[in-house]
Amino acid sequence: MSIKLKGFYGGMQLEGHKTESLTRPLQQASLPDFLILPLKQHIGEANRSLVERGEHVLRGQLIADSSSSISAPIHAPSSGIVRNIEIRPVPHPSGHSDTCIVIDLDGKDESIQQQVVNLDSLTASESIELIRRAGVVGLGGAVFPTSAKLLRASENGIDTLIINGAECEPYITCDDILMRTYSDEIIRGTGYLQRIFNPVCTLIAIEDDKPEAIEAIRQALESQALTQTELVIIPTIYPSGGEKQLVKNLTGKEVPQGQFAFDIGLLCLNIATCVAITRAFEQGESLISRIVTVSGNGIAQPGNWETRLGTPVDHLIRLAGGYRVDQHDSQHLVMGGPMMGFSLSSDCVPIVKASNNILVMQQPTIPMTPGYHDECIRCGNCAEVCPAQLLPQQLYWQARAKDYHRSEEYKLFECIECGCCSAVCPSQIPLVQYYRAAKSEIRASKQALFKSDQSRVRFEFREKRLLLKKQTDEERRRLKREALQKNRLQNKAADSTVDPVQAALARVRAKKQARSSNPKNTTELSTVQQQQIEEADERRRVARLERR
Amino acid sequence: MLVAILTIGLMAGVFGLILGYAAIRFKVEGNPIVDQIDALLPQTQCGQCTYPGCRPYAEAIAKGEAPINQCPPGGQSTIVLLAGLLEVEMLELNAEHGEHNVIPLLAIIDEQICIGCTLCIQACPVDAILGSAKHMHTVIAEECTGCELCLPPCPVDCIDLVPVKQTIDDWKWTAPNAPPEPMHEH
Repeated sequence: MSIKLKGFYGGMQLEGHKTESLTRPLQQASLPDFLILPLKQHIGEANRSLVERGEHVLRGQLIADSSSSISAPIHAPSSGIVRNIEIRPVPHPSGHSDTCIVIDLDGKDESIQQQVVNLDSLTASESIELIRRAGVVGLGGAVFPTSAKLLRASENGIDTLIINGAECEPYITCDDILMRTYSDEIIRGTGYLQRIFNPVCTLIAIEDDKPEAIEAIRQALESQALTQTELVIIPTIYPSGGEKQLVKNLTGKEVPQGQFAFDIGLLCLNIATCVAITRAFEQGESLISRIVTVSGNGIAQPGNWETRLGTPVDHLIRLAGGYRVDQHDSQHLVMGGPMMGFSLSSDCVPIVKASNNILVMQQPTIPMTPGYHDECIRCGNCAEVCPAQLLPQQLYWQARAKDYHRSEEYKLFECIECGCCSAVCPSQIPLVQYYRAAKSEIRASKQALFKSDQSRVRFEFREKRLLLKKQTDEERRRLKREALQKNRLQNKAADSTVDPVQAALARVRAKKQARSSNPKNTTELSTVQQQQIEEADERRRVARLERR
Repeated sequence: MLVAILTIGLMAGVFGLILGYAAIRFKVEGNPIVDQIDALLPQTQCGQCTYPGCRPYAEAIAKGEAPINQCPPGGQSTIVLLAGLLEVEMLELNAEHGEHNVIPLLAIIDEQICIGCTLCIQACPVDAILGSAKHMHTVIAEECTGCELCLPPCPVDCIDLVPVKQTIDDWKWTAPNAPPEPMHEH
């Protein structure tokens, strides 16, 4: 059986630049002196640290977790002592800092006792929980927590499982080398996923520029008899590895706007994620390392390294022979590929779960295009390459005019930020940057609207509460007043026979009577006491005279 | 002739009844335009517009008693939205009512100085201050609208309004510098 490819709209052929980093096999990166682990390495809620300063941690030990359903915990990638939990620069397009756990490694790399479970007895939901506990996220670049994706997929039911080995962006070869090195683990992981979801068919998609990877996967597939599983070789067109593009290409189905592949019965997972799942199942191992490509014309020895998460980028740069010295002043560091990556402000940031590639360039790439550009000449090239079938030109005018309402009508949020439009633009307009800015503005204004609605609710509730308090206070006062009135009337009725003046006089007389009894200690005085009293009286008399 | 007059008269009567019924049955509660204006206002309830809260200001705008440029927290973007909604001319923000802060503000209580007088709690329009008599007060950061209403009642001046610190989550991409507008030839 072989499926016929349906193709997808747009896209472009790019220079691969893949051979540079594939000259050597996969290497194990040495352990650095310390690791930096940002608390948030996935899309969703940030984690909370579970360790304290000075605590000794072992490899695979859970060090940060969150109670949110869309989250992935973090584990210590090697053994050592927690130096601090502090704000440090993290790899993020903003260049901002975030909370990180810093671990000083002891070099022993001691592991915790791995719990290996009996796979046959696991139910689907237990398997998904196991994947969550292992901290697995989508390693293709989006870092969406895999367990959340699988949970939604199991609710919707899956008929086609797609294993994504397309890796379409230039320079990046981490998935290629992963397929060459760990092909068996990929196929075994596919088997585990099949057991959870029982899909009708499974497709493993690889671009045709990776013949060695294709051969490795083919052999692994032959050695392990998986039912209804097919290797599909797709043409190398950027961005064929995008989830929606791949789904369209393989099945002909379009993922409706605002939805994901799992909403229409398809589950699409990256091959690296697949390997992480295999390791979680077979060895109880959490996601503590990933393969990182170091490439670009500014690095001495490009290659691929299996790197512990949290390794500082400069450590990896040193392993790759350092920067090319002849051009040292003009290094441009990018995390990710030249199309969709973002520039790093320094090389002291750590490798995180999303870091598939460190690109060192001697000239700026598309995401780093400086501010100035020419005017749009309305050539329409951007609309021809846009894989999301949007109208990049319209979106550009709307973004410039800040007409965000219109932008949303023109489905700005369907833009996958692949960068094709920017790449073909003869005026070098950084279109994607305009779209990203517009998206941020729209998100911010939605946030502000949400907050103002919340404030309105609180304000109205407060008004209501104050009004209620006023009413209850008045009610209480009224009741008290009435009670007093009633009391007074009753007393009046009882005392009406007696003259109130006489009664008051009688009360005063009785009080006086009670007070007029003689002091008890003045009777039966001894002569000494009598004498002392007389002396005191005399002194008082003299004093009184003197004062006059 | 008579038939025509009767027919028209009858029809008028029937439609009149239908309209009369519809006016009662589908009566709109409140003034919907006030709700629409209120939805655009930032709900800081700061009173800088001289009205005691956002809703009274919205009512005043709806009645035509107040111009649309009296809301400093909303700034120019709110004025644009109001002008669009009401189809009136756009105005500049009236500086008499205050300046628009691009970065939102957040009240912070210096807990070393606070004497626990509860005056700020009573002043806060959105119940964003927590505390009780003779005990330390603190601001719930997520609820604070930065309206500054807690500043005047504080007897020991322990409340500061600081710009909200930007985090990774609310960071915004900046737009590239567009080329200068082309010169128009006449």
